[in-house]
Amino acid sequence: MSGAIGRPVDRVDGRQKVTGQARYTAEIALPGLTHAALVCAPIPSGTVTGIDASAALAAEGVIAVLTAADMPRIANEPRLLPSLVGGPAPGISFFPMQDDEVHYAGQPVAIVVAATHEAAAWGADLVAVGYDRAPSITTIEEGREAAVEPEKLFGGLMPARNERGDVEAGLAEADVRVDLSYKMAANHHNPIEPPATTAAWEGERLTIWDSTMGVRATQLTVSHLLGTPLARIRVITHFVGGAFGMKAMVWPHVTLTAMAAGIVRRPLRLALTRPQMFYSNGHREEQEQRITIGAKRDGRLTAIRHHKLSITSRFDDWAEPATGGSSEMYGVENYEGVHRLIHGNTTTPTFTRGPGETLGSYVLETALDELAEQLGIDPIELRIKLHPPVDSRGNRWTSDGLAECLRTGAERFGWSERGREPRSVRDGDWLIGTGVAAAGYPVAPFMPSQHARARLYADGSALVETSTQEFGTGVATMMTQVGADAIGVPLEAVTAGLGDTDLPNTSSAVGSAGATMVSASVHNAGTALREKLVGLAVGDEASPLHGFEPADVEVADGRLSRRGDPATGEAFGELLERNRMSYAEAEGSWSPPPFEAPLGLLTFGAQFVEVAVDPELGLVRVRRMVGAFAPGRVLNPKLARSQLIGGMLWGLGQALLEGNAMDPRHGRWAAQNLGEYLVPVNADAPDVVVEFVEVEDEGFNPLGVKGVGEIGQVGVAAAITNAVHNATGRRFHQLPLAAELVMEPAPAAPPAPASG
Amino acid sequence: MDTESPTTLTVNGEARTLPLEPRVSLLDALRDHLDLTGSKKGCDQGTCGACTVWVDGRRVLACLTLAVACAGKEVTTIEGLAGEDGELHPMQQAFVEHDAFQCGYCTPGQIMSAIKLIEEGNAGSDEDIAEFMSGNVCRCAAYPNIRAAIRQVRDAGEVPDATA
Repeated sequence: MSGAIGRPVDRVDGRQKVTGQARYTAEIALPGLTHAALVCAPIPSGTVTGIDASAALAAEGVIAVLTAADMPRIANEPRLLPSLVGGPAPGISFFPMQDDEVHYAGQPVAIVVAATHEAAAWGADLVAVGYDRAPSITTIEEGREAAVEPEKLFGGLMPARNERGDVEAGLAEADVRVDLSYKMAANHHNPIEPPATTAAWEGERLTIWDSTMGVRATQLTVSHLLGTPLARIRVITHFVGGAFGMKAMVWPHVTLTAMAAGIVRRPLRLALTRPQMFYSNGHREEQEQRITIGAKRDGRLTAIRHHKLSITSRFDDWAEPATGGSSEMYGVENYEGVHRLIHGNTTTPTFTRGPGETLGSYVLETALDELAEQLGIDPIELRIKLHPPVDSRGNRWTSDGLAECLRTGAERFGWSERGREPRSVRDGDWLIGTGVAAAGYPVAPFMPSQHARARLYADGSALVETSTQEFGTGVATMMTQVGADAIGVPLEAVTAGLGDTDLPNTSSAVGSAGATMVSASVHNAGTALREKLVGLAVGDEASPLHGFEPADVEVADGRLSRRGDPATGEAFGELLERNRMSYAEAEGSWSPPPFEAPLGLLTFGAQFVEVAVDPELGLVRVRRMVGAFAPGRVLNPKLARSQLIGGMLWGLGQALLEGNAMDPRHGRWAAQNLGEYLVPVNADAPDVVVEFVEVEDEGFNPLGVKGVGEIGQVGVAAAITNAVHNATGRRFHQLPLAAELVMEPAPAAPPAPASG
Repeated sequence: MDTESPTTLTVNGEARTLPLEPRVSLLDALRDHLDLTGSKKGCDQGTCGACTVWVDGRRVLACLTLAVACAGKEVTTIEGLAGEDGELHPMQQAFVEHDAFQCGYCTPGQIMSAIKLIEEGNAGSDEDIAEFMSGNVCRCAAYPNIRAAIRQVRDAGEVPDATA
């Protein structure tokens, strides 16, 4: 083994990214390229009564103004299904510009095509659209009475209700109960690269450059909606400027661009504007959660009831599943998790980093903090005591590490030195507090078989390929590391090929599954290639290894040799050249274990934070963060650490900054730009410590990889909220924990002296 | 807008004359007209910093700057930082070494700001770096690594503090 896996090597595409050479979707230059701009409905419900395009068409540079009347009818109805599953993956079970009805603000009603970006944007401003507004429901408050319990969530993938035992009996048996209600504002992904699509037809063949987390999902979805065979659609994505779930599903603008390019018969680029990003690609839904936990005096849980209420579109029973953690983390026999929905006039919400379980865990882990306080048990010891070795089905975790994460993190953080009494530590005007939360995130087994290809050239260089795309995870770097070890060549010899549906296919890299899927398929392809080369050598009379058992041949640094006898052997290149092969190639595939396999599938971690709170101003500053995680095999600790830091700071944003209010009068978001929708900036971000807890994970991925995309964020909002309680003595049940909530009323002025 | 007029910009040391409408931003002139796509469009509203370039040596937001207003001025973009032999600028190298980015989309703007930060004398402490880099949003949140990269370049004296 050359041992490339586990080394903290720099990103293979780092140079391209720091020199500006990395090309993102809206930067693909094509001869004759035209530019599109969307005209979107400003109303959440109603009808389009008329469109006057004359002024736009008269503007210089405008080529066409397309409305519902111009667009082709879709070949098949969109049916939402998470892209990981490997089928068509529209983000919403609705396709716009097929009729005059408006179902959500931001719904496209016309497309302007022009010679330049400026002409398209100006043309879109000039299109005059008449609307007839109908009543709408865009907030929980407006739709509360109309809430329903759906049968399934997630395009039918998951039940909306998860129950076992007898919750009422469990609660009756409890010595101590916490019963808490929470409110969370909607969140928006806001990657810095706006979603973009460029489409070009050549005869019957369509090439799409798309800013997506899954080129395969884009291909499948566009094919489904257009009725164009898959083999005639190629999707290319080399670099994606951040995604965070926004680009996990395929939204209508992608297929609209392909349709419009077909109508104008010119290559066409559409880049969404920042305000359009608040409407066009889903969001994390406004929601309320309620949790009731019963416990005995010794801390043993007797029951958990965990309900979520949220708002979705009128088309989809979409809710981020939020009850996986409360169901599985602490081994409670009597459990009830329920998702209820309001069907309103917004687009369908979608995956947002740490989907579902970040807010589910915020609720669970803040409630546990209150329970620990009532019981007088240390919050870390309570969690360790409750955490079982198996999931609720009785299946042992493929790997655990939660207790180790809590203990390692506590030591690194200095937990034992905390001020236990709330509001007992001050630093000038600031109240200081510390908080902890455990983290658990599901390992998703929903993907179909994954494929990769490995090729070794006679010069000793190797290429590993799969269709996945790079959006910041460092997947290309990881592919070279896995490929090097599997094939048996030095890391420097390996190049990764990716971002193209013409390559062997990988599903969308979502739900922390990217590294798991890609490492497995590349490992299996590289291993197959190595076995092929060993087989070639032992069967080749001219090889020094002729006649040996394949098991007696080892491979390292591009050389085959007899096990324990490095002098007897030859380089891959010699073997290939003698056999007149310019290269050798093998494919590899991987499928997850069946859904019903007896495996406990969660990734674990623990979060520790120190906050400083100014009670007069309501300011909460996070001073320190320590996260300890057990994500199985870490392919590249440098990159994994970066992704975990990013996740933890996403948790900081979720806790303190990020939230958007829907204005029900207009059915539009109050914030539609990065000046008003606050995301963490450099000055918000403290230094962050990441600790890895080593666990060997068996039974899922051949290398023991579990992924780090989400787990970094899970638990952070709870740890911060718990720390704010430790600092101030006050409990909060709302996100974001904005200054106006934390601000304490000024002490009452002394009564004015009675006038004499 | 039939008012295109030839405008000469000096970009990365090279004079470039373009027919430009007055409404074209410096960012769109670079990206769409000169195919210099290293400067990124994140918001087109002056809130994210991804389009940060230097005009006559000062950092500006290219999305809020009209291209015609830069006639006769020196514009420097991320493409102009590396040496002719391809050697990375010390700040580019430090960003790679410290993994100060993930998706890479905000990175050109971060680097263009980071170099100026040191020149402006605003990189003396971690608090200063954090404060003066807060106009460049990194949604991947590589902020601690960005600070580490800037510290390294500052401490190595590879970018002079022009105010010192």
